[in-house]
Amino acid sequence: MNIVVLVKQVPDTWAERKLDATDKTLDRASVDVVMNEIDEYAVEEALRIQADQGGEVTIVSMAPDRGVETIRKALSMGADKAVHLSDPALHGSDAVQTSYALAKVLGTLEYDLVIAGSEATDSRMAIMTPLLAERLGQPQLSGARKVTVDGGTVRIERQTDNGYDVVEASTPAIVSVVEKINEPRYPSFKGIMAAKKKPLTTLTLADAGIEADRVGLASAPSQVVEFSNKPPRQAGQIVKDEGDGGVKVAEYLASQKLV
Amino acid sequence: MPSLLLSRRDLEFLLYEWLDVELLTKRPRHAEHSRETFDAVLDLAEQVATRDFAPHNKKADENEPTFDGTTVTLIPEVKKALDVFAQTGLIASGMDESVGGMQLPGVVAGACFAFFQAANVGSSSYPFLTIGNANLLMAHGTPEQVDTYVRPMVEGRFFGTMCLSEPQAGSSLADVTTRAVPQDDGSYRLFGNKMWISAGEHELSENIVHLVLAKIPGSPPGVKGISLFVVPKVVVETGERNDVVLAGLNHKMGYRGTTNTLLNFGEGVHTPGGQPGAVGFLVGEANRGLPYMFHMMNEARIGVGSGAMALGYTGYLKSLQYARERPQGRPVAAKDPSAPQVPIIAHADVKRMLLAQKCYVEGALALVLYCNRLLDDERTAETQEDREQAHLLLDTLTPIAKSWPSQWCLEANSLAIQVHGGYGYTREYDVEQHYRDNRLNPIHEGTHGIQGLDLLGRKVVMQGGQGLALLHRTISATAARASGDLADLGAQLQASADRVVEVTGQLWATGDPEVALANASVYLEAVGHVVVAWLWLEQLLAAEGRTGDFYDGKRVAGRFFFRYELPRTGPQLDLLASLDRTTLDVKQAWL
Ligand SMILES: Cc1cc2nc3c(=O)[nH]c(=O)nc-3n(C[C@H](O)[C@H](O)[C@H](O)COP(=O)(O)OP(=O)(O)OC[C@H]3O[C@@H](n4cnc5c(N)ncnc54)[C@H](O)[C@@H]3O)c2cc1C
Repeated sequence: MNIVVLVKQVPDTWAERKLDATDKTLDRASVDVVMNEIDEYAVEEALRIQADQGGEVTIVSMAPDRGVETIRKALSMGADKAVHLSDPALHGSDAVQTSYALAKVLGTLEYDLVIAGSEATDSRMAIMTPLLAERLGQPQLSGARKVTVDGGTVRIERQTDNGYDVVEASTPAIVSVVEKINEPRYPSFKGIMAAKKKPLTTLTLADAGIEADRVGLASAPSQVVEFSNKPPRQAGQIVKDEGDGGVKVAEYLASQKLV
Repeated sequence: MPSLLLSRRDLEFLLYEWLDVELLTKRPRHAEHSRETFDAVLDLAEQVATRDFAPHNKKADENEPTFDGTTVTLIPEVKKALDVFAQTGLIASGMDESVGGMQLPGVVAGACFAFFQAANVGSSSYPFLTIGNANLLMAHGTPEQVDTYVRPMVEGRFFGTMCLSEPQAGSSLADVTTRAVPQDDGSYRLFGNKMWISAGEHELSENIVHLVLAKIPGSPPGVKGISLFVVPKVVVETGERNDVVLAGLNHKMGYRGTTNTLLNFGEGVHTPGGQPGAVGFLVGEANRGLPYMFHMMNEARIGVGSGAMALGYTGYLKSLQYARERPQGRPVAAKDPSAPQVPIIAHADVKRMLLAQKCYVEGALALVLYCNRLLDDERTAETQEDREQAHLLLDTLTPIAKSWPSQWCLEANSLAIQVHGGYGYTREYDVEQHYRDNRLNPIHEGTHGIQGLDLLGRKVVMQGGQGLALLHRTISATAARASGDLADLGAQLQASADRVVEVTGQLWATGDPEVALANASVYLEAVGHVVVAWLWLEQLLAAEGRTGDFYDGKRVAGRFFFRYELPRTGPQLDLLASLDRTTLDVKQAWL
């Protein structure tokens, strides 16, 4: 069972995330970056399936040069090798363009499963796996809280609001996972040392056969036209307890659809 | 979220911009490493400390270990955290490849460990002692002892302790009375009591490896008759329970997650091999136990300094965050009582308390990392001469590396409470626990007073005063590099260092050790401040020409130290130079 895990480097969740004022793309340079949190679960799931079924786990990431740090982390958790798509011409690509570029890279690899996190904490579009499935003509199993592989069949439990659905597909398939699925491991110290020696291929647009005019900010189908900062937080609503505080709080939560 | 344990930015400045630890990767021992592996392991340490150690720090404090007469129970989070620590391979980070270690430079391993000490000093004691124990056996044990005890310790299956103190022998180890009686098969049987033994009993590991100081009957009196034994809780060869039992747990002010025990050896509760007596195996040669134990203690002393620093550091970061968020009062010059209140960080006195903490904790971090770097040089510097110099300088600095953070980072914790006002005095906030935890550090691993005697009575006079001379040369070299904006600090430092040498001479010129050593603790504190001033100047030199808040913060904290702290040494050194006899002459009845 050969598995590709898609890994994205994102600004640290706690950092103040900003758009660059000049080209309205994400400002990556001035913040700490980390592996998109749900991708750690994706890597973990791939490693678990590999432990059970054998095969290789390959990390694929499209990111600027600095993305190597995140790729190494995935390798130090235990993945076998990695492909890093890195080219200045990719800067500013939107989701549709990114899916095109990633599909090209996936086209150069042999795999039974592609596993990815269900969304990234920076863009929060949750659209990459459907786009890839469409482009590659492969089935998509989204929102998995459990994955089982049986020969050429992958079965998942898809998390829903009220429970879960069981969905299955034949391989090769694209699976996205949610945080419920597992508890990601830490990289071990041995893993960190070993990661330095694992194969890491860096691809440019040309290497991956990506047409330059189909990626990048200038030709992006969706453009950020304007943005403004979030207004400062409003004062909270104070509920005075006159014997019915509990009820009022419950009503408020219900009105906000939180319960 | 930026960590509230330690500042990663500060660590990176000290490791890479000041100590240039990347150079260590040129040495064969660390050739497999690079900045990338250093960063990855620092990330790992920070993450595990944050996610698995910090969350149960308070809970462990509020639920100290209990003993029902048979079993010691700790909150389950402790074991879970220690399992993660072992699984990630952090126990063996600095050790030799031959035992499964990763040969990380000590200075980086020390930086990693500081995250755990800041997150949860109680839980981190278990690996702390285990690592020290394993390192001692690596240095002085037989290959069989390494196989039997070190390997399982590296894997996290066995934990270690150090058993020196006895009820009647704490500072004065010459008076230990635990006996080790030789047996026909070459092993020993131990009889006696050991007091204060940290991690002495628990169910966290399969076995506990005690390193025990004891006397073989007929050996010379005093420290020259002390030998070192390895005494496992479970005899590895036979699987029998050894005759070491817990007499009781001590109930402590802090460090509550670490069990602290009175252990009875050889009282016949268990009878391994059919007879009473704790089965023990000699480490190295008989009667050389104390020097071997010092192998562990010297590392442990730097480790204690590191723990004190880490508690001070996290307290500083927490009080800094609090000061930014707590609105209270208005600027001195404000006239309008209806104007909004300012955060307390705007008040000069609060800034003073924050600056004092900053210069204590960042100074202590520099001191601890510098000493760990010397440990690396002592082991792997290129020439024999460099290794010897590193050893001599480290030997001289060790009492300061232990005591200075223990004193001043405790003071930092006190200031962190003060910054929190009444809230800091409650258990709602973390800082009162940090203070209680940190209060241990001037006591164990040789009290403050004992460190003073060690510095003035041994370290600065050993080898005809070469240690002090080397320290003075090293400080002078830094002072000489300070020019331009830093020239005044260089001159102030040079004058202080010269005065230390002069006063040391005056103290010993009396030829009367009683007079010379009467104020050894004052000496320790004065020299400690001069050493830390030196390391602050080193940091300012490393920051020269760099711009931004981080470097400006270094500059202001360094200047603060020279302005508010270093001048304290003037009256201290004057007192010493006067050969004051107050403490000698005071009659016991007057106290
Ligand atoms: C929480 C905790 C954990 C510990 N863990 C361990 C451990 O794991 N293993 C272990 O072996 N020990 C351990 N210890 C013991 C510790 O090292 C001793 O408490 C310490 O060495 C002091 O000994 P003491 O308590 O007997 O005090 P004492 O030696 O009685 O000292 C009392 C006071 O007298 C002063 N004093 C004593 N002798 C002199 C002198 N000659 N000149 C000047 N002043 C002097 C001391 O500085 C101190 O202020 C631990 C202690 C504590 C509290």
